[in-house]
Amino acid sequence: MTDADQSGAVGTSLRRKEDLRFLTGQGRYTDDFNRPGQLYAYILRSPHAHATVGAIETEGALAAPGIVAIYTGADLAAAGIGGLPCGWGITDKFGKPMAEPVHPVLAQGKVRHVGDPVAVVIAETREAAKDAAELIEIEYGALPAVIDAVEAVQPGAPLVFAEAAQNTCYEWEIGDQGAVDAAFARAEHVARLDLVNNRLVPNAMEPRSAIGEYDAGTGDYTLYTTSQNPHVIRLLMGAYVLHLPEHKLRVVAPDVGGGFGSKIYHYAEEAIVTWASGQLRRPVKWTADRSESFLSDAQGRDHVTHVELALDGDAKFLALRVSTVANLGAYLSTFAPAIPTILYATLLAGTYATPAIHCAVRAVFTNTVPVDAYRGAGRPEATYVVERIVDVAARQLGIDPAELRRRNFIAKDAYPYQTPVALQYDSGDYFTTLDMALDAADYAGFEARRREAASRGKLRGIGIATYIEACGIAPSKVAGALGARAGLYEAAEIRVHPTGSVTVFTGAHSHGQGHETTFAQLVASGLGVPVENVDVVHGDTAKIPFGMGTYGSRSLAVGGSAIVKAMDKVIAKGRKIAAHLLEAAEADIEFKDGQFTVAGTDRAKSFGEIALTAYVPHNYPIEELEPGLDETAFYDPKNFTYPAGAHIAEVEIDRDTGVTRVVRFTASDDFGRIINPMIVEGQVHGGLAQGIGQALFESTVYDKASGQLLTGSFMDYCMPRAGDLPNFAVSHNVTLCTHNPLGVKGCGEAGAIGSPAAIMNAVSDALAPLGIGPVDMPATPEKLWRLIQSSMTAQAAE
Amino acid sequence: MTLSVTMTVNGKTRTGTIEARTLLVQFLRDTLGLTGTHVGCDTSQCGACVIHVDGRSVKSCTMLAIQAEGADILTIEGLATAAALHPMQEAFRDNHGLQCGFCTPGMVMSAVDLVRHNPTPSEHEIREWLEGNICRCTGYHNIVKSVQAGAAAMAGAGGDD
Amino acid sequence: MYDFTYQAPRTLAEALAAILSAEDGKLLAGGMTLIPTLKQRLAQPSDLVDLAKLAELKGIARDGGSVTIGAMTTHAEVAASPEISAAIPALATLAGNIGDAQVRHRGTIGGSISNNDPAADYPSALVALGATVKTNSRELAAEEFFTGMFETALEPGEIVTAVRFPIPEKAAYAKFPNPASRYAVVGVFVAKTADGARVAVTGAGPAVFRLPEFERALDTNFSPDSVARLKVEAGDLNADIHASAEYRAHLVTVMAKRAVTSMT
Repeated sequence: MTDADQSGAVGTSLRRKEDLRFLTGQGRYTDDFNRPGQLYAYILRSPHAHATVGAIETEGALAAPGIVAIYTGADLAAAGIGGLPCGWGITDKFGKPMAEPVHPVLAQGKVRHVGDPVAVVIAETREAAKDAAELIEIEYGALPAVIDAVEAVQPGAPLVFAEAAQNTCYEWEIGDQGAVDAAFARAEHVARLDLVNNRLVPNAMEPRSAIGEYDAGTGDYTLYTTSQNPHVIRLLMGAYVLHLPEHKLRVVAPDVGGGFGSKIYHYAEEAIVTWASGQLRRPVKWTADRSESFLSDAQGRDHVTHVELALDGDAKFLALRVSTVANLGAYLSTFAPAIPTILYATLLAGTYATPAIHCAVRAVFTNTVPVDAYRGAGRPEATYVVERIVDVAARQLGIDPAELRRRNFIAKDAYPYQTPVALQYDSGDYFTTLDMALDAADYAGFEARRREAASRGKLRGIGIATYIEACGIAPSKVAGALGARAGLYEAAEIRVHPTGSVTVFTGAHSHGQGHETTFAQLVASGLGVPVENVDVVHGDTAKIPFGMGTYGSRSLAVGGSAIVKAMDKVIAKGRKIAAHLLEAAEADIEFKDGQFTVAGTDRAKSFGEIALTAYVPHNYPIEELEPGLDETAFYDPKNFTYPAGAHIAEVEIDRDTGVTRVVRFTASDDFGRIINPMIVEGQVHGGLAQGIGQALFESTVYDKASGQLLTGSFMDYCMPRAGDLPNFAVSHNVTLCTHNPLGVKGCGEAGAIGSPAAIMNAVSDALAPLGIGPVDMPATPEKLWRLIQSSMTAQAAE
Repeated sequence: MTLSVTMTVNGKTRTGTIEARTLLVQFLRDTLGLTGTHVGCDTSQCGACVIHVDGRSVKSCTMLAIQAEGADILTIEGLATAAALHPMQEAFRDNHGLQCGFCTPGMVMSAVDLVRHNPTPSEHEIREWLEGNICRCTGYHNIVKSVQAGAAAMAGAGGDD
Repeated sequence: MYDFTYQAPRTLAEALAAILSAEDGKLLAGGMTLIPTLKQRLAQPSDLVDLAKLAELKGIARDGGSVTIGAMTTHAEVAASPEISAAIPALATLAGNIGDAQVRHRGTIGGSISNNDPAADYPSALVALGATVKTNSRELAAEEFFTGMFETALEPGEIVTAVRFPIPEKAAYAKFPNPASRYAVVGVFVAKTADGARVAVTGAGPAVFRLPEFERALDTNFSPDSVARLKVEAGDLNADIHASAEYRAHLVTVMAKRAVTSMT
């Protein structure tokens, strides 16, 4: 709920500035744009999971009404168009670079997953393009396909790429294996668990779309696209695929209808429409149908993991040993190699002072849609491994799961805390956060609720998960050493207009996060101007100095810090102007609440007066100072930020049907300083829904024999609905980030990170009285019903 | 087959020449330029395309434009007056019932229809009613609160739009 | 979608003439299944004959021991109908839980039963209640009407005009929805009529079917316990990624029990 105070002060729930256009149908999403003379592209995709591509007969289709052009891989090859680049290189455990096969824009002789683009039909209308596509004849030579990552590394498995033996992209490891082995050798207790982290389809509600436009007069290209990071797309597509210099390529990501990671990457369709618009001298639009999104948007998760936790006699964690096979799909998506390594294994300390950790990762190609970052990206997978094994250990040792966690948390006075898996946590207090969650969830009263539910024939369970995230990947130098092929800073420009209103240009991108509001609050407070006089602009490489975009909960921690740096420059220049006008020493000028004041006096100039002076420099230190008040800053963080939290789920399982209902969900999170609590809570709610979706509903099923995606629409892929979810109880603990100017940590992914383990621990707790062990996600009705049935059969036999 | 179709859209008579296979949502978006109505799926489930046809919420992606011949159509663009947002729009804004905004037009149109024939829906009834509207951003928590607040405001405003 | 010729007749006679003269015509009722099918290019009819303007196919009427629902009556109209709610409340409840609100505003009983989707709700109600399907040329018992998966006894060009439901003593419908599509994984309609209990199942098999054993048990003792101990053979039941045949078989018993519980 918004605050009565709508001044926009930092820490208050200002109504969102962007909402007015979204609520009245005036939002402008990519598919809402129509350019004069626009053509429509339809992508013909592979019906096979794995096949050779022979002759492609396009003659009949070209003669169909309204058809302007048809292009295949051969046309792109002839034009010298490159493959889609990968933005992160991993060096394997043998010191060798990962296998990095070419990812063609359109198939070059082979298709590797159902939905792999083979040809593009461009026509006067969408329907004409689809009609003609049916007339294209393609000689496919079907090959055996491999879907499952564990099967893909078996001898004799079909090879996705000849150059990747055993379908392995890399084998990678982190941590001190010797120390881990030694710890296990002296452990009093060992808990073991095999886990599957199920593959997910991101399903942002806006399907991807792209419009390419070429200006024959200037030779400039413009791409409108559904992207979380237009500058990254300009860099990747311009430099690697189409060989267009930045100054001839503008990328616009207007209003974007959700991303969750899936709109970070550079996709084939973006390159196709941009290039084709130049060939045809007409704008070309492509918009995915949802069924197409299922086959062409990068998917998430898909890990198979074995985990072991060693404990001493006091139930203190001694060591964690993890082995993971990660499915990368058929090609390397833009940031795919980083997800199961740098963003996963480095998080395996979680919130605990586990002294020794080792993790081995094998990343594998399969004949499935590529896998890349999806909300949380590696961190939900790590949290799931840690929090499930901790619960298994608690049950094995007969210790309350909350108590076992407390006993092993990193001590409050241990920060900065160096984990055994590379990261250094700057701040946190996991004890207080957990206690807040336990109180809010009435943990102490749970057993009474369990009994009450039993009287109704329901199995009720409670589950805890704590989590740590690493947000705002940084600094660039470290990211580069870890394989990033780009910097990971952020840019901002503060343009103060002559009459004192402000336009903020940010390299971060909002696709639901509310930057136009949060960033405006930040700047209004910082410069002492009314929040309605601040507008935030994002998503256009022609307007924004530079940017790395929005992912990994980085916008406020990195983008917001860049805004603060730019504001600091504005204020510093304003101070010089004020000193001149007030005939005082610059050192004596104080800036507060929009007033430049000579310290200790009532002599002052308002921010507006200073701005006007900067643009009308009649009385101005013109010898030392340029006119204008427009400052740009780049901010490269010193470290990751480390949001953390505790989530508690309560579920009830219907014995007769196996249906699980989430009856309570409590989240206590530490995001550092909060600018707009309403927006932060909204981010948590959405993340929780996605995490609960993963735990209970969302299952991505490929047919193992044919490689067809069986859950290829909302008819079969279960998206959580309003009726599937409870209300959420959300609260915040605050420990400030120590190394960015705002003390902020990031909140976008947290909900999706803690909730799957909390739900699954609750499911296990509910089923434990029946003697049923851990269950894999998603906990679908039939899966639980079968377990309940077999337990009852076993009990009956006793 | 080329057809001429005429309907009332947001109070104005609109005519267009279409193929028989043109969906109502395509007519609204492409022919009339009313891009506030969105398309989020192709299996009639997501509800981003919900509009009102003759006073009832329907999915405009699952109706031919020609089926709306002579109908009275209300889209998200026609909900607010020049002076003020509709109480349901205001409630979504006050309760942070939207994030990326893509599902929002359908969500609001669906909610307005609910409250018109159930002026005091319970939380359970709201969640059930919204079965045909998928949101990936909000977890529905604030949407439900928005609809509750919007229902109360609509009652206060005389229960009509 | 492939293009087609669109026709919007105003009378049943015009509609019959249109559908019979079309090369490969399809009747368009609510379109809630047909339009998605066309969008996916899974059908290519030459003509769509829209029944929306046929006033004679609309409306709900109670006549002594039965209610008659016009074929073009929407699910929302059935759900909100005072006549139906008074006569056969279970039918109103069933209609009020088909698809979602927007589907219910367009989808019709005639369209639903003519399509005979194995996971549709209505067929179970028709069979359990012993309804009669009226077409332009004849009347058929529901059990004769539903002949197989997506198959009915309708002749080419034959149009369903109404469904007549005898009013039972009591009835209830219990459904286990597919969590993604919300179609029935299993739906069981139980009716207690003057001639005894009738139990019909949708979702579980290739088409709606009755459960004589369940009916006999209920005739002996109309209580949830009577059906709770009965088992259904998984053998020929549907199986997909959402539910195996064994699970569906189990759900038939559970849903039957729940339906009976809500009636007792």
